Amino acid sequence: MNAIVQHGSLGVNGVEETHSRLAGTTSSFRHGFTQDDPALRPSGQCKSAPGGFVPESRDGDVTGSPAPSLAMDAGIPGGHDGSTKPHREQTAASMPAALVRLGELTREHGPRLLRKGLGWGMGLGVFLGAWVLLSQHSAHLPGPIKVWVSAVELFADPFYQKGPNDQGIGWNVLHSLSRVGIGFGLAALTAIPLGFLIGRFAFLGDMAAPIIGILRPVSPLAWLPIGLLVFEKANPAAIWVIYISSLWPMIINTAVGVTRVPQDYLNVAKVLNLSEWHVFTKILFPAVLPYMMTGVRLSMGVAWLVIVAAEMLTGGVGLGFWVWDEWNNLNVEHIIIAIFIVGVVGLILELLLMLLAKRFDYE
Amino acid sequence: MQRYLQLENLQMVFNTRKGRFVALRDVSLNVAQGEFIAVIGHSGCGKSTVLNLVAGLLEPTGGAMICAGREIAGPGPERAVVFQNHSLLPWLTCFDNVYLAVQRVFGAKEKKDKLRQRTHEALALVGLSHAEHKLPHEISGGMKQRVGIARALSMQPKVLLLDEPFGALDALTRAHLQDELMKIVAQTRSTVLMVTHDVDEAVLLSDRIVMMTNGPAATIGEILDVELPRPRDRLALADDAQYNHLRAEVLHFLHQRHARKAA
Repeated sequence: MNAIVQHGSLGVNGVEETHSRLAGTTSSFRHGFTQDDPALRPSGQCKSAPGGFVPESRDGDVTGSPAPSLAMDAGIPGGHDGSTKPHREQTAASMPAALVRLGELTREHGPRLLRKGLGWGMGLGVFLGAWVLLSQHSAHLPGPIKVWVSAVELFADPFYQKGPNDQGIGWNVLHSLSRVGIGFGLAALTAIPLGFLIGRFAFLGDMAAPIIGILRPVSPLAWLPIGLLVFEKANPAAIWVIYISSLWPMIINTAVGVTRVPQDYLNVAKVLNLSEWHVFTKILFPAVLPYMMTGVRLSMGVAWLVIVAAEMLTGGVGLGFWVWDEWNNLNVEHIIIAIFIVGVVGLILELLLMLLAKRFDYE
Repeated sequence: MQRYLQLENLQMVFNTRKGRFVALRDVSLNVAQGEFIAVIGHSGCGKSTVLNLVAGLLEPTGGAMICAGREIAGPGPERAVVFQNHSLLPWLTCFDNVYLAVQRVFGAKEKKDKLRQRTHEALALVGLSHAEHKLPHEISGGMKQRVGIARALSMQPKVLLLDEPFGALDALTRAHLQDELMKIVAQTRSTVLMVTHDVDEAVLLSDRIVMMTNGPAATIGEILDVELPRPRDRLALADDAQYNHLRAEVLHFLHQRHARKAA
């Protein structure tokens, strides 16, 4: 399996194929700007997640999914009822049905859950151990316990306000989220219709190819001066950076999705002589939705990656500014807490979008 | 003979990377209303191309086609297609898949109640009333193909085009659906053009069998009249001398006179 979908270093990536059922029947994207994009190559069933979950390829492990989906799997013990198992007959007489079911669930999913729980526990243990070791050999790096104590204190009053440069952690998170929300929302409003147009009309695709090809690899922060110049204020400039950096994955995924709508469906549309509106609502949109959701997820990941850096430069209330401020105060505990908050919020956003994507999946 | 569907000197040339590829030449055929025509030939002989031309999904590079007095120019619901791989929209229920077609054809003139009634009737015709609200991935391959047939029939097409409709099904399901198709066609008096590579299917279902020569530049090699009385029963026909004779003729055409050079 080939899962080269890179998110690192603020670089915006292209397309991820989570939908092998569609990918199997489709032709390659016909526009130049993606022809040699490694991210466009089929990546099998691997799903990548922004925010540092490494989409490692696992040979032979078809169900191998990265951390976010593992988290969901573990939370839901599955819907099998196992009622066809022969041992049910023997135990049903002596035990209440609920207990029997519980027993069956444990027998069926117990080993898997146990293995997962053990894996999680050990992973975190190794991480904490390494952290402790590092902190003991470093003059400045605080250990887990010191950070924990500091975090308890910090979260005791998350919404205090002592002037513009000293506000509770809750405000910082909310401000960052609202910037991402606005920038990302505007990007979705632009990128998705644009993606449909580019995918549907080859000429528009050819027009867009050089522009997207040149602008997509640009580091998001390079857009910040332009934003400051045009908007003359820090906050809109930060939103502008989020907007421009979350644009590309949504445009490209939507466009690729449109070009990969199976010809069979389009033939149905032709034979039925469907109106362009019906073609869009009944065929194009539902068929592209999974691709689009992948683009949305990737964009959200990028937006969340970029916000910290953007806020470091623009200031104001927000996680990025807070990190920089605490660096100036040499409060390393708070910087580490900030890193965890950024990670956890990113993970939650990813999980929410994956739940949303699942809702829209028709198979 | 009444000429309901007319194909005249059809020619189909594809421009491929390797140059011109002549797929079909001089294909001429007249189909009477209510007739069941099977087109048979080896794979790659262009029989599906013929069907796609009649469907309007391809444009011929030469010749003309007339259906019910009008020239065929592009696809249209009066020539409904049942695709080989059913081609149901996976996000719509069986009902909605059929309703989409009904709405397209009758939506301008009829009220919703009537459209819904038409949809129910089409699904009842193929025996799928119980599965109306299932999604395509929740039903079997045979059932999907039946929904495809219901969708095509619901449009009350002038010509029903079947592109190897049962090719992807197992033998038992295929036999069952062939029997049902015979009943439905008898009931609706449809004009049918069916592409197949199954000799038994061709002899059992059709009034005439159009046998294609091998490509490139394939054309109609021979047309065989199947004068077996209807309704036909597959069990009774198994020992029928005429049936076996017709079957042998098709086999002879396919495997001796126009055997494929390389398998």
